[in-house]
Amino acid sequence: MPDTFLLSRIQFAANISFHILFPTITIALCWFLLFFRVQYNRTGDEVWMRCYRFWVKIFALSFALGVVSGITMSFQFGTNWPGYMETVGNVAGPLLGYEVLTAFFLEATFLGIMLFGINRVSPRVHTLATLLVAIGTSLSAFWILALNSWMQTPAGFEMRDGTAFPLSWWQIIFNPSMPYRVTHMLLASGLTAAFLIAGISAYRLLQGDHKPAPRLALKTGVFAAAVLIPLQILVGDLHGLNTLQHQPAKIAAMEAVWETEQGAPFTLFAIPDETARSNRFAIEIPKAASFILTHDWNGEVRGLNEFVGKHPPVKPVFYGFRVMLGVGVLMLLVAWCCSWLLWRRAELSRLWLKILVAMTFSGWIATLAGWYVTEIGRQPYLVTGVLETRAAVTSVAPGNVGFSLMIYLTLYAVLLVAYISTLFVMARKSVLVDRPEDLPSLQEKLNPITQTDHYRENTGGAS
Amino acid sequence: MTLAGDAYWLPVIFIGLMGLALLLYAVLDGYDLGVGILLPGDKESQRDMMIASIGPFWDANETWLVLGVGLLLIAFPRAHSLILMHLYLPVTLMLAGLILRGVAFDFRAKVPPHNKNLWDWTFKGGSLLATLAQGYMIGMFVVGFERSWAAFGFALLSAVCVTAGYCFIGGAWLVMKADGELQQRAARWTRRACWLTALGIAAVTGVNLIGNTEIFQKWFDAPVLLIIPLLGAMAFIGVETYLRRFPIAGDAGCWIPFVGCLIIFIASFAALGYSFFPDIVPGQMNIWQAASASKSLWFILVGTLIVLPAIILYTMFSYRIFWGKTRELTYY
Repeated sequence: MPDTFLLSRIQFAANISFHILFPTITIALCWFLLFFRVQYNRTGDEVWMRCYRFWVKIFALSFALGVVSGITMSFQFGTNWPGYMETVGNVAGPLLGYEVLTAFFLEATFLGIMLFGINRVSPRVHTLATLLVAIGTSLSAFWILALNSWMQTPAGFEMRDGTAFPLSWWQIIFNPSMPYRVTHMLLASGLTAAFLIAGISAYRLLQGDHKPAPRLALKTGVFAAAVLIPLQILVGDLHGLNTLQHQPAKIAAMEAVWETEQGAPFTLFAIPDETARSNRFAIEIPKAASFILTHDWNGEVRGLNEFVGKHPPVKPVFYGFRVMLGVGVLMLLVAWCCSWLLWRRAELSRLWLKILVAMTFSGWIATLAGWYVTEIGRQPYLVTGVLETRAAVTSVAPGNVGFSLMIYLTLYAVLLVAYISTLFVMARKSVLVDRPEDLPSLQEKLNPITQTDHYRENTGGAS
Repeated sequence: MTLAGDAYWLPVIFIGLMGLALLLYAVLDGYDLGVGILLPGDKESQRDMMIASIGPFWDANETWLVLGVGLLLIAFPRAHSLILMHLYLPVTLMLAGLILRGVAFDFRAKVPPHNKNLWDWTFKGGSLLATLAQGYMIGMFVVGFERSWAAFGFALLSAVCVTAGYCFIGGAWLVMKADGELQQRAARWTRRACWLTALGIAAVTGVNLIGNTEIFQKWFDAPVLLIIPLLGAMAFIGVETYLRRFPIAGDAGCWIPFVGCLIIFIASFAALGYSFFPDIVPGQMNIWQAASASKSLWFILVGTLIVLPAIILYTMFSYRIFWGKTRELTYY
């Protein structure tokens, strides 16, 4: 039977991995919704509103999953990691508190108005509600990433009798890695939402949806991705340099550099062997790691040998980093090719649409891989240099943790399948409704969000 | 314990804020959990209407739980660890319930019709599971996490009592927000739940007073505070009288059961709070022993005092927008 420590770690990883899927979508999706809404206000073109109506439903579903899995997170600290709050609660508590106070209520309350209030408030108030939800989701990301960054690169505090006491809130919030991590994550969210929009819209087109809305949404998603991906690569590079400065052990594991060396190669692929402390089957680009990290072909890269016993496990960090990079490159290729085609011909072939469908959840893969790099890369610490993960774990019996883990894993598996299949069900359903030639009557009858009472009796209704 | 200045009163303020957040949670998520538990198996149109009545609010309602637990975490980290460690399994079950119902709410409206019933049952079951778990946790908290058959029995009684209470406030919400057949039905549910709640509160209070002489003494010392249970009893009589005569011409006073229930909830919270103050884990730890550093509390207090009024204002704004009877699913 695995011990409480291992089970708690798996449980935390499961919870946070499941949770982050949904904020990653909603943070940026809401800004897309605001864009649709503002475009409609500006141009009066009904197509923008149809984009809004379709995507706000997906937003609502994603948001609900984010909320409920987020509640689980807020209990996790106490149930499984009591040492965390007992040691750094004076710093972490207020940051979490500000997230709840400034973000959670704002987004949850105005989401109600955004979803159900369109016929009850003026367009201006409805636009404002959309804006406030967008601000709320981004603020929430700001606070939680400030805390996560503080755990990576703690600053602005002192230890007294084994407990952290805040000295400067400014330094705590704007700790060294925070600006990079926040930007990196917001862009990741933008890319995730952009590829989701492009993918689902491409799916609708493939299913024979000839309405202008999915075409317009597809274009919006593809162009947004084409703009965001180079920015993301640039910010990712800066984030890496920041990590090199503050968490060199993480970089050493990401690059699987076993010994400090000058002119270190970049390893495209290898199987890192932690017992032999070497890479097997390595495919390397000579001196490239030194160049990327120090911008000097012969720069020195510190190896894992300098952090014996204090560096993270190499394999997950090394592979996670490569998965993230690989998906990023793929995103760049697809986004730029599709943008170019759309620019030239304003039409994508079925092959390209299929590629976009395949890329629907590419943002999730890159985001998860990136988070695994940064979170596993912080090990063996929970708070770098301050608190080891092992020291924070609960004394609850392993049987109990195993029980809760089983429940969570079952729930998450079911919900993930339900979520993904529902997105495609909604896409197929929307193919059938509001054909332009039948408007407005068919829309009134069939659009799940405006359908009449009579129709709902027959179909079971929809929101 | 001699504590002066902010080290003394900051924890007092925070236990007050936390109590307020949990009270608001019990009232607000209480009614939408109650509506979930009450979902009838026979009439799909009524289920649609019931869920439409809580649609715009449930997300924000649930956020009060995050704030309540958040304040416990922020202001009293040692108590947070201790309490949640004792409540590991019920917390897990509650979270599973909340997850299920939260997503069922959205899935039911988006999946193919033949799957809708399944999600409706999930919604009902999740609501019930979360509510039972919450009641059980309050019970375990009151007995100081004692591990005995008597304590488990008491916690189960508390679970039933809280379930009745949430059904009560959920039914009262529907009496206020619904009309026609559904409202009639809700009035019957509310009346039954109201009686059950009253019996439950009486039983819990009785067991507590007999079993805990310290609490008995506390109330005996300040008889003026007996106004709290008295207010609760008057509210109960008011609601019962109104519901017995229901329906009333012109739907006059459809808000009476909800307000009455609100008073009963506030009275129960006040009584519970007074009984245990200043302990945050009954008999084991008081608020000053559990509190965070003053500097952290100050930082969050300043923000709270600015943001909380804004939250209350825009929450009221949202309720004003959706004021009155719930219309057909005017979802957007």
